[in-house]
Amino acid sequence: MSIFIRTFVLRYVTLLLTLGLAAPTVSADSKILATAGGQQIEGQAGGGLVPWALLAGYAEAGEWGGSVAVTGVRVDDFDLRVTGAAVNFGNRFEASIASQQLKVQPLNLSIDQDILAMKWRVGGHVLYGNLPAVTVGAQAKWVRDFAIPELLGAADDHGIDFTASASKLWLNALFGRNVFANVTLRHTEANQTGLLGFGATDGSGPSWVAEGSVALFLNHHWALGAEYRQKPDHLAAVKEDDWRDVFLGWFPNKRFSVIAAYADLGSIAGLTDQSGFYLSLQVTQ
Amino acid sequence: MNTARAFLITVAAVACLASCTTTSPPQRTLYQALGEYEGIEAITDSFLGELAGNQQALPLFLNSDISRFRAQFINHLCVTANGPCTYEGDAMRETHRGMGISTAQFNSIVENLIAALEANGVPTSTQNALLQRLARHYDEIVEEPF
Ligand code: HEM
Repeated sequence: MSIFIRTFVLRYVTLLLTLGLAAPTVSADSKILATAGGQQIEGQAGGGLVPWALLAGYAEAGEWGGSVAVTGVRVDDFDLRVTGAAVNFGNRFEASIASQQLKVQPLNLSIDQDILAMKWRVGGHVLYGNLPAVTVGAQAKWVRDFAIPELLGAADDHGIDFTASASKLWLNALFGRNVFANVTLRHTEANQTGLLGFGATDGSGPSWVAEGSVALFLNHHWALGAEYRQKPDHLAAVKEDDWRDVFLGWFPNKRFSVIAAYADLGSIAGLTDQSGFYLSLQVTQ
Repeated sequence: MNTARAFLITVAAVACLASCTTTSPPQRTLYQALGEYEGIEAITDSFLGELAGNQQALPLFLNSDISRFRAQFINHLCVTANGPCTYEGDAMRETHRGMGISTAQFNSIVENLIAALEANGVPTSTQNALLQRLARHYDEIVEEPF
């Protein structure tokens, strides 16, 4: 199974690269600074925890671009590392791949997960016109270490999240500053984003959850914001809490950005009050 | 709980930061904040300097009368900022439609303008107020929206 997945992942990456190189290589710099967003923990353009209705990198119509990011989240008993890459075709379609590794410190073991995701911008624009940018997306996930999820009552080692998001930036909205907001609805059966497997052997799930982010741009380069990610709670054995964070985003230029956050992830796998720091470094084109 | 407190502190800090750095009292018009006519002239000249290096948009200006464009652009900015000018150029839709202007090109002009505003030390809140008004022309100017 795992060999199959890895082969599939490799093919997917190759396909993305081929598509990317085949597309006309017009300078992919045409979006306004910071409208690439960051790369959230599942590899898609977004904030820290929430995917946004923005597409990775700085490609507009007729161009292609993308992002590569490394992210670390260190809370009391866990350490999450994410490596992700996303490709954006014409600010219309995004395909991404992410690999997560969750270190469970008390047990001295780790749980890995692979995620392939896609996002399609249906319409609207984050900056122009009255309509927000609206996207629909899917995140296919495979947890590679199923022993613990299974022990906790998870039914599957793979699952697909479906999302719909809307994003808008209002110029000169508050104290002369620009305000950004995003709302995402997600259909999911993932436990702790999939790191604790999918569904439950008692048959509960899937469910709809809501996620939201707001940010205030202090100037063209700095944004201060907060996020909330509602979570399902399917496993009977361990409680799952909603996630939230406050973040600071820095966009010095269109090649590089940093998102630093303080995240409260609540109870994870029976260990309560998991909170700590989040740092994501992103390279964009 | 921790996050809730951190969130409140953040909001309070942002509120203070934002209001403390808003240098212009509310009764000042955007025209005044931009430095009145001389300010708008200087911004336009910086903008033209930026435009000269804009590979995406420059080709469209090859046959343009730049001194006419400069004059009309200044008047347009002045009127946009509620200044005491009259814009005598053509309407935005008539001027730009037919050139096939893309969102990418529109963004490149916005970036040239931001660079010009930065170069002239225009505060963020004044920049945002001007950009908010100019962004409304998007639909009249761009032909392949979104
Ligand atoms: C909010 C954004 C914009 C504003 C406020 C604006 C404003 C103006 C004004 C006031 C004129 C002079 C009209 C006249 O002479 O009667 C003009 C002309 C022109 N604009 Fe724009 N413009 C904007 C965006 C763009 C964009 C995105 C492009 C293309 C990349 C563009 C290309 C041109 C060209 C080529 C002319 C000259 C036409 C001629 O030679 O007469 N403009 N614009």
